[in-house]
Amino acid sequence: MSRTPRTLVGGAPTATYVLRFDGRELTAQAGQSIAAVLWGAGILAWRTTREGGAPRGAFCGIGSCYDCLVTVNGRPNQRACLVPARPGDRVTTQEGTGHAELGV
Amino acid sequence: MPSSASDAAAPDLAVVGAGPAGLAAAVTAAGLGLRVVLLDAGERPGGQYYRHPAPGLGADRPEALHHGWAAFASREAGLRAHVEAGRITYLPGHHVWTVVPGGGGVWTLHAVAGPEEEAATLHARAVLLATGSYERQLPFPGWTLPGVVGAGGAQAMLKGGLVLPGERVVVAGSGPLLLAVAGSLAAAGARVPAVVEAAGYSGYAGHVPALLRNPGKLAEAATYGSALLHRHVRLLTRHAVTEAHGTGRVEAVTVARLDRDWRPVPGTARRIPCDAVAVGHGLVPQLELATGLGCATRSSADGTAALVLDAEQRTSVPGIWSAGETGGIGGAQLALLEGEIAAHAIAAHAAAGRAGGPAPAALVRRRARLRAFAEAMGAAHRPGDGWTGWLRDDTDVCRCEEVPAGRIREAVADLGARDARTVKLLTRCGMGWCQGRMCGPAVAALAGESAAASPGGAPDRRPLSCPVPLRHLAELPPADG
Repeated sequence: MSRTPRTLVGGAPTATYVLRFDGRELTAQAGQSIAAVLWGAGILAWRTTREGGAPRGAFCGIGSCYDCLVTVNGRPNQRACLVPARPGDRVTTQEGTGHAELGV
Repeated sequence: MPSSASDAAAPDLAVVGAGPAGLAAAVTAAGLGLRVVLLDAGERPGGQYYRHPAPGLGADRPEALHHGWAAFASREAGLRAHVEAGRITYLPGHHVWTVVPGGGGVWTLHAVAGPEEEAATLHARAVLLATGSYERQLPFPGWTLPGVVGAGGAQAMLKGGLVLPGERVVVAGSGPLLLAVAGSLAAAGARVPAVVEAAGYSGYAGHVPALLRNPGKLAEAATYGSALLHRHVRLLTRHAVTEAHGTGRVEAVTVARLDRDWRPVPGTARRIPCDAVAVGHGLVPQLELATGLGCATRSSADGTAALVLDAEQRTSVPGIWSAGETGGIGGAQLALLEGEIAAHAIAAHAAAGRAGGPAPAALVRRRARLRAFAEAMGAAHRPGDGWTGWLRDDTDVCRCEEVPAGRIREAVADLGARDARTVKLLTRCGMGWCQGRMCGPAVAALAGESAAASPGGAPDRRPLSCPVPLRHLAELPPADG
């Protein structure tokens, strides 16, 4: 069996649960951030920039760079690398400022 | 103004940051009889270095991802004991955004707490800033592509979330962190085709005494080195990733040889296929709270600004102490020591007759040795001026505001900007969400600023160290000095 982060540290998550990313079901392990759940599913981009519409995801991994901003349960501009994933979360790709519905 | 009842009850010490320095300081200070409040932005103690999976992830061997885990485990146990005994109030999820003098020699700390960003205000008679650092980034074409991540970022996501950014990860940049990152990525199952280090290790040659006085550090380097050899990871020194290729995500990088000034040598470029790049050029002390208080800074050997600290870890502002990376990047072992030294000094200062006195001489000697090593390391990996040679005019330098190098060069060449601040006013770079944390060092270099030209080290100034809801600012009482 090939090595994985899990085989390195051993054990098993106390719970797994489902969250939705743009309608797609992803499996989260208890204790993971939203960014970790997305990386775990092979997803590296979950927002587009305001000016160029370029795809972005987690970069600094510690809350400093704000590149991983995402909309969680309708609330935009959450740092995916800091926000713990919760059962049933609805995560959606954030376009631009995340406030498109305000027309600003 | 007389001090209020809350001031009289104020704890002796507020420690900001529960990484190696803050954790060691809080536990030591509580052991010396001080009442301590420990605030930390993270959910669990340990900071970035000892970042580890949440209990829910059920990792049996978190130490497998760490070097020196025992040093953390003992402090963490100490923290739990002191919290139980009521000597430490531990407040995780609290991001302190400003520290201001209150009345009667008491400091006021304002924080945002938890996911709902509640306002929290605390008081203390002394403050220890142990706010650590973040990664220094130097841009290159393609560095905004998904799959290009911070080297420290990849490490943090692995340690905290047990995930990898890809299967084949090139590790690039400069500094000893790269070896540690490559080692843990490979141990966790990633293939690492190369570690691309811009400096030459010959940079250490001028610092032989500092190296010889730190056999532990040499052994650590040897451990990483042999682990990489064992996993067939190539170490390319005096090389840099000068471009990342791909459309939706990284598919390959171009790696080129560098001359002594870090200028890419023409004709040496080659392509390495990969699906992620973990990149970073050392660390930058995180100084917002300290510079907001007026603490003096100096320029470190690695080119970053760090706090001026005396032998007792005091900043230039009476009542404000600091330990760890804020005083110059030096690693976790040094941070642990400095936290303990600061705790002894603060305890001695807090009240005569209580436990606490001069820090044990052995700690002070080890600090001197590790600081000398840190200086040697910082000098060896300090970016050469030629790195800007790999930027194209259309390369975004500011990731938040999407400002390309060409616009910054225009601000400098045509509009007369001579420093990062003027470039910022002319181009908006550094005005986005991250407030210049990612682009600051690069913009300063493009503006022709060097640490030598600004003896104070010219740290970036940010009046708020994190986003603060406007309602909290509106509710602040007027400053009473």
